[in-house]
Amino acid sequence: MTQWTHEPAHEIAKAVRNGAVTARQVAEQHLSLIAARNDGLRAFTDITANRALEKADAIDAAHAQGLKLPPLAGVPFAVKNLFDIAGLVTRAGAKINRDYAPASADATLVARMEAAGAVLLGALNMGEYAYDFTGRNAHDGHARNPHDTERMTGGSSGGSGGAAAAGLAAITLGSDTNGSIRVPASLCGLFGLKPSYGGLSRAGTFPFIASLDHVGPLARSVKDLALAYDAMRGADPLDPVCTNGTAEPVTPSLEGGLAGLRIKRAGGYFTRMGDTQAFAAVDTIARALSADASIELPEAHRARAAAFIITMIEGSSLHRDRIRERPQDFDPEVRDRLVAGAMLPGDWYVKAQKFRRWYQAEVMKLFQETDLILAPATPTSAPLVDQKTFVLDGQTLPVRPNLGIFTQPISFIGLPVVAVPVWPAQGMPIGVQIIAAPGKEALALRAAYWLECQGIAQAKVAY
Amino acid sequence: MNNATSLDVKTYAETMAEALSLPLTPEYAPEVEANITLAFRLLQLVLDFPLHDEAEPAPVFTAEVMRT
Repeated sequence: MTQWTHEPAHEIAKAVRNGAVTARQVAEQHLSLIAARNDGLRAFTDITANRALEKADAIDAAHAQGLKLPPLAGVPFAVKNLFDIAGLVTRAGAKINRDYAPASADATLVARMEAAGAVLLGALNMGEYAYDFTGRNAHDGHARNPHDTERMTGGSSGGSGGAAAAGLAAITLGSDTNGSIRVPASLCGLFGLKPSYGGLSRAGTFPFIASLDHVGPLARSVKDLALAYDAMRGADPLDPVCTNGTAEPVTPSLEGGLAGLRIKRAGGYFTRMGDTQAFAAVDTIARALSADASIELPEAHRARAAAFIITMIEGSSLHRDRIRERPQDFDPEVRDRLVAGAMLPGDWYVKAQKFRRWYQAEVMKLFQETDLILAPATPTSAPLVDQKTFVLDGQTLPVRPNLGIFTQPISFIGLPVVAVPVWPAQGMPIGVQIIAAPGKEALALRAAYWLECQGIAQAKVAY
Repeated sequence: MNNATSLDVKTYAETMAEALSLPLTPEYAPEVEANITLAFRLLQLVLDFPLHDEAEPAPVFTAEVMRT
């Protein structure tokens, strides 16, 4: 019997359409695997088994009637627990939020995935309030990397990484403010898509940093990222930054190959503060894509600093009342950053936002001479779950804020990125960012798909 | 004040906590102070970069007809 938990979403959807398997069988296999493995992985925090089986039965009924099934029919998916799921409390990784009322409606992207036929399995563990790059959570347990459970998943979309890598869901949704899709994709050996800022609706998600928050999918195949993006794209009046109703679908151009693509690798800042594996992975991808030349993102170190400042101040503003009233109920690793952020002057924020515009204009000039830019996704592969520091360029640095040093300067100006996983001969995977100009998700996905077809970038299910 | 090397972070944190009614117990204080020190170091990178008075912040407000 086929293990559908090990198949990519597009193969599951094809099999359901062809009648090779029922959506119920697929859902039941996934629910069984979740029951067997979730205690050890801490990927799911809520399992919506009844809803999943009802949805699966509806798809099977439609198939039995001869109706045309939608593109993700029967595909099991799950969402970071900052996405609203009607009837469930939206935890956002926090103990405090468990006292809030359950969501009265689904987040826009949950509804759009279901409209495309996908089957919701539940909500996924995350770093508290998304202020995290590790996947650690003091309340729900630390998410564990399925490829080595002594190691972290990366975060803050830790459950999203763990669930997809373990075969508990074919597609997971995460959020990415400074790197929280790309970091777990890198550490768990997955493909991840952080779309352009405003590219996918955040309506019905618990916010973190409104001016930096993105949402997007993680999966074990590039085609699955494309199908999910196409199912979810489109303007949403409920999200004031998601206004582009004319974004082109990305699936039709996926097999376009590399013809005409100008690809360079990021130099300077992106060649320091990582270990040999991180840079070897970029070498591998650059060689395959004939990206011989380098390009400099000007002042990238200041971009990372400005993103850090904006995050501290906006995040602290969002949580100020909760910090004052219930400090003891926060994850200490999050609380202390938020308390510090609440003490920072507001003019810092404005200066950082002014620098952001300057930096955006400079980086956009680069896209006149290149289509895609390659950079490491993380400075190392997955650290140990309880590891507090690592050594980068001879400096001992804390893991938690520094796993995102290569992702922050990119999301800071909303560029779309596909993270692609590269595996060494032995050991843990690491990701490479394929970065495009705003609205050019299709180009990054084309290159990622080509790399996957060549076997140079690939995702694996952890057994 | 923006120079982390000359900043008395402990006094700054205690003063701001009192002024803004923020929790700062002996348990929290060391990590809060470490985060303030990091923020000041990173801020310096932003402040050192010259920008004109006319520089616009990245977010742009649009006055548009309200959708109902």
